[in-house]
This record gives sequence, structure tokens and C-alpha cells, in this order.
Amino acid sequence: MGINDRVQEKSSVRLPDAKNLVLSSSPHLSSSADVRKIMLLVIFCMLPACGAGVWFFGLPALKVLLLSLFFCVGLEALWCFCAGKPVWGTIGDCSAAVTGILLALNLPPGVPFYVPLVGAALAIWLGKQIYGGLGNNPFNPVLVGRVGLLIALPALMTTWSPARGMAENYPEYQAFGMADPALAAGATSAPMELTTCATPLGVASTLPAPEAGKNRFEKIDNPSMWKEYFIGRQGGCIGETCAPALLLGGILLVIFNLINWRVPLYFAGTVFVLSGIVHFFFPQVTPTPLFHLLTGGLLLGAIFMATDMVTSPITGTGCLIFAVGCGIITTVIRIWGNYPEGVSFSILFMNALVPLIDRWFVKRPFGYTRRRREAK
Amino acid sequence: MNKSSRKVMSFTGGIHPVSEGKKLTDTHAVHTAPLLERYTVLVQQNAGKAPDVVVKPGDKVLKYQLLAKASGFVSADLHSPTSGEIAGIVEVPGPMGVPALALDIRSDGEDRACEIFAPIPEWRSAEPQVLLQRVADAGLVGMGGASFPTRVKLSIPPGKKVDTLILNGAECEPYLSADHRLMLESPCRVLEGAAIIGHLLGIQNIYVGIEINKHDAIAELERFSEDYGIRIVPLQVQYPQGSEKQLINAIVNRAVPPGGLPADVGCVVQNVGTAAAVSDAVTLGIPLVERIVTVTGKVLKDPGNWKLRIGTPVIKAIEFCGGITAEPSKLILGGPMMGFAQNSYEVPVSKNTSGILLFSRRRALNYSSGSCIRCGRCVQGCPMGLCTCLLATAIEGGRYDLAEQNHVMDCLECGSCAYVCPAHRPLVQTLRLAKAEIRRQRAAAKANGGK
Repeated sequence: MGINDRVQEKSSVRLPDAKNLVLSSSPHLSSSADVRKIMLLVIFCMLPACGAGVWFFGLPALKVLLLSLFFCVGLEALWCFCAGKPVWGTIGDCSAAVTGILLALNLPPGVPFYVPLVGAALAIWLGKQIYGGLGNNPFNPVLVGRVGLLIALPALMTTWSPARGMAENYPEYQAFGMADPALAAGATSAPMELTTCATPLGVASTLPAPEAGKNRFEKIDNPSMWKEYFIGRQGGCIGETCAPALLLGGILLVIFNLINWRVPLYFAGTVFVLSGIVHFFFPQVTPTPLFHLLTGGLLLGAIFMATDMVTSPITGTGCLIFAVGCGIITTVIRIWGNYPEGVSFSILFMNALVPLIDRWFVKRPFGYTRRRREAK
Repeated sequence: MNKSSRKVMSFTGGIHPVSEGKKLTDTHAVHTAPLLERYTVLVQQNAGKAPDVVVKPGDKVLKYQLLAKASGFVSADLHSPTSGEIAGIVEVPGPMGVPALALDIRSDGEDRACEIFAPIPEWRSAEPQVLLQRVADAGLVGMGGASFPTRVKLSIPPGKKVDTLILNGAECEPYLSADHRLMLESPCRVLEGAAIIGHLLGIQNIYVGIEINKHDAIAELERFSEDYGIRIVPLQVQYPQGSEKQLINAIVNRAVPPGGLPADVGCVVQNVGTAAAVSDAVTLGIPLVERIVTVTGKVLKDPGNWKLRIGTPVIKAIEFCGGITAEPSKLILGGPMMGFAQNSYEVPVSKNTSGILLFSRRRALNYSSGSCIRCGRCVQGCPMGLCTCLLATAIEGGRYDLAEQNHVMDCLECGSCAYVCPAHRPLVQTLRLAKAEIRRQRAAAKANGGK
């Protein structure tokens, strides 16, 4: 095409105006991921655990879940309103919703309404907003809420209701301090939430000294009970009992690249190995490692709590150290501590060390090989 | 060698940007731009020192005639894109955001070429020194974006031995397809250029690394590669695959030490466009006065690849594409990841302009950034293995010393971190700030120490 043809065409060609140009430093593209999408995915990954909690503990669990969600989002909005921060922008990132659901998963089913309310205030205000909001909190907000409640309301926080299916298999659960459904007249009509039971870890820590030649933990720590625990038929917090739901959530989290797989694996693995060693040498001191793995909040803690992006280390090595540290502290508290459960404390303790871990265990950048590989 | 079952090579880290952009132009054959009435040829089109202008206003010049002579070792000759008259030496908007000097050439419409070099068809028997001189005389610079004089890159420092030549056909920047079309349409020019550089350096191992999204280009080059003794290496589609250090790592598994050059691990890397230009300079005897540019963006009526002469104002390239259908909000020279935003459509095409990108309002939108949620995506994505988010936090707190300790100076500025950040933090921009500040501090310390 010659110049003349082009010149003639020119009149119909629309050309841009430089006045509309904006300047910025590269890169000029960004991925479509944002904080809100990440948080919504996390909520999606928690749905199996929520569903299992409601299935096993009934409507009271659903009530706690919804209340906790409502209080967390509401209190975050209230804080932002008072602090002059953008309200919709802040609750729009959905991090308060994640906190709310996770807090509920960490509460016993059937607690009165003010327990999630106080928990939400502790988690959102003391755990997160007082440090400047999402991303600036050194401690996992949910655990701040849970541990605060545990100290403030110890009785309520250790009152557990039996899961669906436990009453039907009463003989197996005799050691758990439940009311015998056969003895209680008209037990079938008694509302479920009125009966209480103990958690496996709670039972294990209060069992009397063994008779000679007998395994102290025989009744609560045997293959048929492991199966029951695995399915979720045990007393405990709403979200911590059902292993399949938690594992499914964990796999989803890894698939969506939301957590570092090292953390749950090394956390649970450390507890498994350490309790295994103690059990091997002193079988009367602690139950089998499988018991430790399936009971209490270990899976919930390892998969959903210790992996919180904000409060866990950045690098692979850092995650390894963090997770192993959590595992050691959990085992120590469980076996020798005053509390039957140590997952929350261990994660909070390791949270405090994260800035140090991050500083000490930076990645070795590209090109800083110890020994340069020579090509063939 | 079984070509279909070969391992696809890559490096550690990196990101996978949206692939939509390349589809706009990668099936569009290269058009040759019509002759313009006026070219504004930037005097400095190379990294290093600007060349000395050897013409003056009023001079008549022929196409390929020398306009400016290299002023030192790290400098490059400049030649006229067409025949005509030098109307003056003017200031035009430069590609780096500051006004730059340019030669205003009024075309006489005849496009008469002068023969400044004799072709060297028998380059296989030519002395390496002769070929190197030709590369210098043709004004060749790295056409991938850095525009480093090719002569300097091919002059291996004494004491260093190179055994591998890698041709960079990765074209990992989204939206760009200029190198893709070049390899597809002129495979023999690319391969011949590679063979010439290999002969010049006395290197037998020659690789061409190409991302597998350009499978047609891979197939096309493989048809001829055995004649030249060159190996084609398919690479994973992963940004920044075309970064020198990452490319060497992917293809020959060597790690360039920090602050080092490819020659430190026995490698020389050249862009495929540069190789084609070497081939033209040697076998045809023509200097570098035009290049393939991807002119693209959804707001363009007819995006495509154009062979543009240096000095073509961007507005003309947009005109060649039929103008716009919607008002763009951003003009970028180069790729969207490392290119430079412009504030004028009068900025001319230079030797390293690989793309002209127009982004609509939606794409150019300034996003607001939140605080770091420490998701670690920037750390996973950093091809240099830096803990980007921690560096950025340290820099924001004014701790340049901490950033320096943690290797901020190794940052490539590829932008992977800022691309993936879900909080949209300006990570690479923050790192750039620290790099500039640390360089300033080092220079100040040096000046003080010299007293």
C-alpha cells in the first residue's frame, strides 16, 4: 500500500489523545487474585468441617456458628466505624468472616450466646484490630479469642456435649461420664444438649492409676475406638472432631495454594512421633500416638490454625521449624501439662517467634550456591 | 532425538501471567510499514554512552548512512532509516519519560540506499575479528529490551572462557509476539545469525530456548536447525523465562553468581531478533534500521506485528493498525511486565522497542493496595529467591540496611511479585526505590572515602 492510500484513509482513522494517558511504574498487569477471593476460598475449605460439626452436634452447633460469624463481622464493622476506617472495605475482605467461622469451630457446641460474643470481641479487637487490622496481628486472632475464653470462662469452655451416635453406642463410651440413656427414664425425649460428656483427652488426663498388669488407657484407646474417633464420634469443639472433613478441607487448602503443606504435616507428624516415643517407653503415661492424632484439636489446629498466613512463617524452612515447634509444645502440654489440650497454646507461642524465624531463615537467593554445578 | 518426548525445561520460581494477550497478534503475519514523510530518530538507542552525531541540519542522507558514531566501547553506531534531509536535531518525548535528542529526518520519498558494507556470504571462512567489527559497524544492540551494544556482549573479557551460546526466543512477556513471528517467518535468518555468532566466538554448543506456547515456531526452527548444528530447547511457559539468568539456568543448569555476567558461567545470551540482525549485517551488509514491533491492545482496531523503521512515532504505528476503537489510558513501550508507560504518542520507535501496548481504562486502572497478608505468593514467584514481602516491609520502615543484607540488590525487577500480590502492594516498585537509594548511598560513601 502506498503513502497516498494511507493518507486518504487517515481521515477516517480515530487516533488517541495523549491527555488521557496515565503513568505508572511496571508491571502494568496484575493477577486477578485478591484478598477477598483468598478469604472466600478459605471459607469454602472450612465448609466440610462446619457441615460435620452441625451434623454431629445438631442445631446448637449451627447456632454457635451463625452467632460467631455475626458477632465477628459486626464487631469488626463497629471497630472500623469508631476508628474512622472504611467499614465496607474492611469487612469486604471477608477476613472477619473467616475469623468468625474458625472461632465457632473452636468453641464447644451448645455454649450460650455470650460466649461467641466475648470470643469475637477478643479475637477481632484484641487479636487483630488493636494491631492495625488484617496483616499486622502477631497472634492468630481466633486463638486469642479461644484462649481468652478458656481462661475467663473455664467451666463453659470445657462443657461438652456428646456427638450424634455416641448415646446409641453407650457401653463403649462408659468412661466418658455420660448419663446412661437406659437409666435415664424417657431419655429419648430428653434434648441432646442437656446431656454432657468428656473429651477423650480429658478422660485420658483424669483416669485413675492403673491396676497392676492392666493398660491404663485400654477402654478409650483401642482400634474400635480409633474408628469412632476418626469418624467424629467424640466430644469436643464443633469443628475439631471429624477427621475426614478436616482432611478434606486441608487437601482443598493445599490444592488452592492457600497453605504451606509442610505446616500441618510436620505439626501432626511431630506430635505423632514424640507421643509415640513416650508411649513406647512409658505406656502408662500417655495413650498411643494415633489417639493423640485423632482426638482433641490437633487436626483442626494443624490444618486451619497454624497455617494462618498472617501468623506463620514465609519460607519453607521457616514453616518446618514453626510446625515442629508447635508439635513439640503440644506434646509436652498434653502429656505433662495441667491442661489436657495444648494445641492453642503451642500455636500462640510459636506465633510469637515468627518474626525471628522469618529473619533467621531467609531463602538462599538464586546464584548463591554453596557449590556451583558444572555443566557436562 | 525424539522431539516429542523431550523434557520441557524451566527454572525455579516465576509466575504464569494471563495468556490472553498473545492471542491478539500471534497469528498476524508481519506487515511492512509504508514509508513515512518524517522520522525522529533518537540519538541514543543503546545502553551506555550516546554516540556522536556526524551529520548536521541541512545534510542530505541516504538510507543506511551513518548518522552517529559510537563514542566509546559501550556505545553503538546509528544509521539512517531512509533517504532525505536532516531537518534538525530536536527534542522529542523519550522512551524513559524524559525528553531526548532526536534527528529529524524528512524523507525524500525515494528511499535510496547506500551500500556501506560489503556482504560477507562466506562468513564461515571469515576471521572472527572481521565479523565482530561488522557487528559494531552495523550498530547492533540487544533487541530484547536492554539495548546493550552487541559488540560489547560478544567481546569476551580476557580470562573468561565461553562454551555455550543461548538464543533467547522465550518471549515470556504477555502480549508480545514479535519474536514469535520472526522465528516463524524467518527461521533461517535467526539460525544463520546464531551460527555466525557461534563462529565469531568459536562456540559449538548453540541452543535456542523457546516457550512451548510457540510450538509452531519450535517446529519451524527444528526443520532447519540440524543444518546449522543448533539445538532447539522447548521451555515451560513461565515468566520470566526470558531473563538471562533464568534462561541459562533452565537450558544448561548453571547459576550465574550474584552480580556476575553470563560469561562467568561460560554462556553468551542473545535475543533471536539480534541474531537475525547479525545475519542481515553479515550476509546482506545492512545495518540495523528497522525491527519487528508488536502493536497491540484490545482498543486497537487491528492489532498486529509491524516491521517499523527506527524513528517511527508511535502515533503512526497506531495509525497503521487502523486507529483505535476506544480511548486508551495507558501506552507502554515494551512488554506489560517490564515495559515503560509513556505520556506521549510522539515517542519514536527505537532499536529495542519490542512492543507498543495500549491498555484500556479497565486494564490501566490504578488499584488501591492493602497491607501484606503474608501469603508468600511473592516469595514463591520470585525467580531470584528473594523474600519480597519482607524486603518491602523493611524498606517501608526505612530499613535499607536490612534490605541490603537480604539481597535486595539481586532483584531483577521482573515484577512477578507485584503481579501475584493479592493485596496489590507495589512490591517491585518499593524494591526499586531501595535499590536506587542503596546505590546512592554507596556512591556517596565512595565519594567520601576518596577524599
